[in-house]
Amino acid sequence: MTKMNMLQAINNALDTAMAADERVLCFGEDVGVFGGVFRATSNLQQKYGKSRCFNTPLVEQGIIGFANGLAAQGSVPVAEIQFADYIFPAFDQIVNESAKYRYRSGNLFDVGGLTIRSPYGGGIAGGLYHSQSPEAYFAHTPGLKVVVPRNPHQAKGLLLAAIHDPNPTLFFEPKRLYRASVGEVPDGDYRLPLGEAEVIKEGTDITVLGWGAQMEVIEQAVERAEKDGISCEVIDLRTILPWDYETVANSVFKTGRLVVTHEAPLTGGFAGEIAATIQERCFLYLESPIARVTGLDTPFPLVLEKEHLPNHLKIYDAIRASVEF
Amino acid sequence: MTTTKPKVAYSPVFTDGGEFQIPTFKLLKQDGKLYKNAKAPDLDKDKALRIYRAMVTTRILDERMLAAQRQGRLSFYMQCTGEEAAVVGSAAALDDNDMIMAQYREQAALAYRGFTIDEFMNQLFGNELDYGKGRQMPVHYGSKKLHYMTISSPLATQIPQATGYAYGQKLAGKGHCTITYFGEGAASEGDFHAALNMAAVHRVPVIFLCRNNGYAISTPATEQFAADGVAPRAYGYKMDVIRVDGNDILAMYEATRQARKLAVEHNRPVLIEAMSYRLAAHSSSDDPSGYRSKDEEAVWREKDPILRMRLWLESKKWWSESDEKKLQESMRREVLETMKRAQKRPPPPLETLVTDVYDEVPPALAEQFDKLKAHIRQYPDEYPKSAEHAKGGA
Repeated sequence: MTKMNMLQAINNALDTAMAADERVLCFGEDVGVFGGVFRATSNLQQKYGKSRCFNTPLVEQGIIGFANGLAAQGSVPVAEIQFADYIFPAFDQIVNESAKYRYRSGNLFDVGGLTIRSPYGGGIAGGLYHSQSPEAYFAHTPGLKVVVPRNPHQAKGLLLAAIHDPNPTLFFEPKRLYRASVGEVPDGDYRLPLGEAEVIKEGTDITVLGWGAQMEVIEQAVERAEKDGISCEVIDLRTILPWDYETVANSVFKTGRLVVTHEAPLTGGFAGEIAATIQERCFLYLESPIARVTGLDTPFPLVLEKEHLPNHLKIYDAIRASVEF
Repeated sequence: MTTTKPKVAYSPVFTDGGEFQIPTFKLLKQDGKLYKNAKAPDLDKDKALRIYRAMVTTRILDERMLAAQRQGRLSFYMQCTGEEAAVVGSAAALDDNDMIMAQYREQAALAYRGFTIDEFMNQLFGNELDYGKGRQMPVHYGSKKLHYMTISSPLATQIPQATGYAYGQKLAGKGHCTITYFGEGAASEGDFHAALNMAAVHRVPVIFLCRNNGYAISTPATEQFAADGVAPRAYGYKMDVIRVDGNDILAMYEATRQARKLAVEHNRPVLIEAMSYRLAAHSSSDDPSGYRSKDEEAVWREKDPILRMRLWLESKKWWSESDEKKLQESMRREVLETMKRAQKRPPPPLETLVTDVYDEVPPALAEQFDKLKAHIRQYPDEYPKSAEHAKGGA
């Protein structure tokens, strides 16, 4: 075990995967000798050479198109998109190509080796284009896996799982926690399961669900609620697609109440999918409406970022309102 | 910073590149004779006949299947007519293990590689033997064993994928390359730019083959680009480029043979612009009489690439009138018989709706499938293709 921040854990995961399998390649804008604008790929070019860790021209659709081809060839590409806000030029390659490669070819060809890493989320004064959380756009696309870690231990274990998973996987990294989140990380190769939520804390009165950087915010909200005597069950969804509705439903059978929170805007956000599914499965067990605490239906603002974000106070209020309904 | 040494000017000099004119490489005249000073490539009789048969097969298949679409037997079809030489001439210059990543009008390359009429038909009818399990529209072929990547409809997406695929081949070090085909319309997509630039920067063994056939559906090339075709764009990427008469089988073969050498032996990607004409409609859903003249089509019908090659073969005494008759008759018969067989084969099983989305069916999708089966069991007459399959299971 070594104490690492989230960036170091991600760098360590890439190092682990590249050392074990020469088919693993890392590329993107500025990932080469510079090691990435956040340093997630530090020293990888020095260690594994320019042919396995390299800069690409500045063209997101090219990066992912190139990665699709490489994965179809049998390589294991880990492509970086510098900010999740800039993944949209590659939307066609991801949604029409990566996601449908296996299905449309009758499993003759696939791009299962593909992993796309990208920093996402607000809270760093990033304004409109350094703050977005685009997971819901991709959650509407059968064929993709979408994964978000919450801390260094999760980041390494989930990223290694994503790299080895035989399906194209989007890995969104909460950049606000890159250096802020520090913890013990195992030194060797370990993989956390994709498609499984994790119950972080058991409780009996209400279920509070989130993912990524929002888990830290949930923790603060729950601490406050528990001082009021409300017992909260906290779940980290970890994988957005395909998501673990069973763990969430089992929790709601017990608590009868659910708050879902994410940074992305409310309308069309993934909380809507969760709310609809849980309402179907747990109809007779629900004691209050499912609450969604999210960003506003606006582009991500700069100066009023704090007002926009679903912070611990907004989540606390939603917990209180649900319990007092 | 540029990668070349800058020249300096002390008064403003604008240039639009108009001083560059890319010549068209030609070897074979329409009468089947070589141009003066032209030298035929080293093409033996067996290979020449393999090329010719693939072109004729494609022409016959295209004619028959368009008719089948008109009769309502088939939902959709697209012909390669007029462009057979551009496609087969280039494919024949490759190693059979090189990867082909095509657009959707390159069935002739697949015919050259040995895709059987049966395999074509199974895809066209989406029956239980279709490799694609009946999921895609007709003419979206793919073959793992023939190294022919499954076609998808979104234009140009395969171009940067070809760059990536070829990069993997370069690392694997087995001396293979990738060729990717696309039309001059697809070359306007951003993916074209991304692919060529990345290939040049990373020195990837890939051949970009643009079929410039004059039209993207109804849009003439004059409304597609202002420049002298697609070829001059290679200058901007510092990439080797050649323009070829796409109806000239010998020129297409020779240009691609040399391009492959540049790609595989020197890691130099190459752009080939094959000048041709889309003699057929864009697809079975299109009627070209709304946007181009019969006179224009007639000019190009005179330049038929198959006839041109046939005359060359006859001049070499490798082909005769009776060979032609035999091939035409046997191929027509095979296409017809195979079509009848393929049409009668059952559709893919119901479960292929949900398999291959992921490597395994996720639980939520399995639940959706069980619900669907229960629904079909309730209304079996409404789902004749799958009622039998829905009987099993929960």
